[in-house]
Amino acid sequence: MADMSPEKTPMPVADPLIRNKNFKEVALGYTAEMAMAEANRCLNCKNRPCVSGCPVNVQIPEFISEVANGNFEKAYEIIKATNALPAVCGRVCPQESQCEGKCVRGIKGESVGIGRLERFVADYCMKNGCGDSFEQPPKNGKKVAVIGAGPSGLTCAGDLIAKGYDVTVFEAFHAAGGVLIYGIPEFRLPKSIVKAEIESLKKKGVKILTDMVIGKILTVDEIIEMGFEAVFIGSGAGLPMFMGIEGESSVGVYSANEFLTRINLMKAYSEQYDTPIKKAKNIAVVGGGNVAMDAARCAKRLGAENVYIIYRRSEAEMPARKEEIEHAKEEQIEFKLLCNPKRILSGKDGSVVGVECIKMQLGEPDASGRRRPVEIDGSEFILDVESVIMALGTTPNPLIRTTTEGIEANKRGCLVVDENMKTTKDGVYAGGDAVTGAATVILAMGAGKQAAKSIDEYLKGK
Amino acid sequence: MFRIIEKKQLNNAVTSLKFEAPFIAKKVKPGQFVIVRIDEKGERIPLTVSDYDAKAGTVTLVIQAIGYTTKKLVSLNVGDSICDLVGPLGLPTEFGTPKKAIIIGGGVGCAIAYPQAKALFNSGADVTVIAGFRSRDIVILEEEMKAVSNSLYITTDDGTYGRKGLVTEVLSELLERDSYDLVIAIGPVPMMKFVSLTTKPYGVKTLVSLNPIMIDGTGMCGGCRVTVGGETKFACVDGPDFDGHLVDFDELSRRNSFYRDEEEHKCRLGVTENG
Ligand SMILES: Cc1cc2nc3c(=O)[nH]c(=O)nc-3n(C[C@H](O)[C@H](O)[C@H](O)COP(=O)(O)OP(=O)(O)OC[C@H]3O[C@@H](n4cnc5c(N)ncnc54)[C@H](O)[C@@H]3O)c2cc1C
Ligand SMILES: Cc1cc2nc3c(=O)[nH]c(=O)nc-3n(C[C@H](O)[C@H](O)[C@H](O)COP(=O)(O)OP(=O)(O)OC[C@H]3O[C@@H](n4cnc5c(N)ncnc54)[C@H](O)[C@@H]3O)c2cc1C
Ligand code: SF4
Ligand code: SF4
Ligand code: FES
Repeated sequence: MADMSPEKTPMPVADPLIRNKNFKEVALGYTAEMAMAEANRCLNCKNRPCVSGCPVNVQIPEFISEVANGNFEKAYEIIKATNALPAVCGRVCPQESQCEGKCVRGIKGESVGIGRLERFVADYCMKNGCGDSFEQPPKNGKKVAVIGAGPSGLTCAGDLIAKGYDVTVFEAFHAAGGVLIYGIPEFRLPKSIVKAEIESLKKKGVKILTDMVIGKILTVDEIIEMGFEAVFIGSGAGLPMFMGIEGESSVGVYSANEFLTRINLMKAYSEQYDTPIKKAKNIAVVGGGNVAMDAARCAKRLGAENVYIIYRRSEAEMPARKEEIEHAKEEQIEFKLLCNPKRILSGKDGSVVGVECIKMQLGEPDASGRRRPVEIDGSEFILDVESVIMALGTTPNPLIRTTTEGIEANKRGCLVVDENMKTTKDGVYAGGDAVTGAATVILAMGAGKQAAKSIDEYLKGK
Repeated sequence: MFRIIEKKQLNNAVTSLKFEAPFIAKKVKPGQFVIVRIDEKGERIPLTVSDYDAKAGTVTLVIQAIGYTTKKLVSLNVGDSICDLVGPLGLPTEFGTPKKAIIIGGGVGCAIAYPQAKALFNSGADVTVIAGFRSRDIVILEEEMKAVSNSLYITTDDGTYGRKGLVTEVLSELLERDSYDLVIAIGPVPMMKFVSLTTKPYGVKTLVSLNPIMIDGTGMCGGCRVTVGGETKFACVDGPDFDGHLVDFDELSRRNSFYRDEEEHKCRLGVTENG
């Protein structure tokens, strides 16, 4: 008989007022007992609504019943059959709008903690070295190139190597991982997990070449000339947007990308690394997504006294994961909701001294279905800050499409693909944020998987 | 890993290092730069490719040791390697087809101006080089510059070598006497600013090579943004060369001094750590 308690087994977390001063992981993970207790809340529904909410179709009730019985290795095999990076997804998927959003237990109470269970299983197997048996497939002698070592590229590479292809990943940065390594902070996704996943890919034979900015050092056409019979573009959406308001080029205004890259990829918070970072006492972060939460929580950890999130709609419309919003609040991040920056004020030396905001109210729903924020006349006020971080979203970098003959992109710069992830150029496939614009890790992985399948079909038929 | 195969001390603050980097050597064009990271814990810094040899597979960087990373870099020796050399980044210089050009280098900027002078000279243009230095003991690349120019003027602030005075004085005289269709200025921000002000009344196309603080060099951080003609540009992908008559130099100076305190702190740390 299932456990009918309306609430999830609580996740142990680090004390908010201690953790907001360090970069250690916030959510500590279930113990085996907690995991088995939580697994017992699953009803094993016949029609499996949860599975339809997962972009990669993790066989949720099946793996959960193995957890309930303490067969963690078996559970891991089931998850791994459709999801290459469970330790990552268990931590960063927006479960409330995906698998858990569809869970029947969520109708009267809290859904089953699917993400937490997935994380537990993956961590357990990573710790105990189980699972991951990999049989080297016979090599088929065909070379495939993958551009970008983010979740989409890595997933595509992993699936292709398992099918016997010779796979080379070209990555612009000095480290592989994409947003998982330069964007999402250590306290939410320990880099050791990402590194372990990458090491395991390398062990399987995937070659990863870093410092290779495609479009500069090599073009896609040159890669094809080198003998690669198909190319997957998983270059993400890395181009930061700015608001275009007065004062935005003042000293102390960052894009979230710059701020997070300095901190995560280049470990500016550590005295052992050479990257400098400016520590401000009062910081405003503009935006309401995961990126804004991450930037705000990093700013707090660097020692800022007051960190504000400025968002023009209300909390209900915030695109960030629910858990991140809650964690940010616990860590004393102040939310300035229904509020929008009008201009950034700077002092004599050009450094930021404040941001002028205007209050907003919600009007009629717009095209996205969310209620449109409108300014309230005369409600301007000034927030005293020395730094402003813009977390307004990103678009795909034009470097590849402007140097590749025959690749089409839409108005927003996203690459155009068909249902098989094929671009408008033969032999060239794309997926992840480069196609969708900024989205999620699991969608990027799903796209990488689909592309690997299509590339395999294409090359088999060639 | 990228190995150093030649090291030359050009003066007491400027060093030239030649690296093995076959892929980059094949692709790079004048005006482009690379991003360098010395080791696993290093920061990423941009440096212009000052010379390259596609056949030998080498690129040469000329480095002025001004802070933590540049000092560490010039302390390396032949045989040592660095872990990252990314590039070629930025757009190559768009010379057009000038007949008569003036290339101005200020200090270490001469090293960056050198490949441009060479490219123009080899394309058959009449090239005048003005190289400005603070003092005689820091004059660099004189022979190299001479070889790729029709006339070479050297100026020093203190008059210990060449003409006493600023590059802009020579520039004004040249512009008064003759007509030119291109001026390229590379050096400290104030120098590029005053060169641009000097050429403006003559309506000569003026290119400057901007050096804002950079991280990725591929357009993903926005840290390198500069205002050109009232528009925000990312110097690493839209530049580093821009029309000097349109650049907001004062903003660039302010943004470049942003990390001064942090870097000085780091330098002091470095000193104590190394005894
Ligand atoms: C701060 C932050 C927090 C986030 N939080 C979450 C979250 O909690 N949950 C969630 O699901 N999603 C989250 N996301 C979104 C998620 O990370 C992305 O949707 C996902 O990483 C996209 O994967 P990708 O493989 O398409 O691209 P990316 O992860 O962006 O990887 C692209 C890779 O390609 C490389 N590249 C780019 N151009 C070139 C080139 N020309 N040549 C060679 N290599 C190139 C890049 O350096 C990068 O490594 C977050 C994003 C950010 C920025
Ligand atoms: C496209 C580009 C090409 C460049 N080419 C060359 C080159 O060929 N040779 C060369 O010697 N240098 C070049 N530079 C400048 C070089 O990148 C900086 O000197 C270097 O990053 C300083 O690093 P550091 O750690 O040694 O000094 P830091 O300790 O970081 O800085 C020392 C001092 O220099 C200032 N500073 C830091 N970065 C810059 C910068 N980008 N511009 C101006 N001042 C700065 C700091 O505010 C500080 O006052 C180039 C810069 C760019 C953007
Ligand atoms: S991959 Fe993400 S959406 Fe799918 S089951 Fe796991 S946590 Fe849920
Ligand atoms: S919907 Fe919820 S309760 Fe039903 S099988 Fe899925 S996880 Fe279990
Ligand atoms: S250096 Fe990051 S965008 Fe130019």
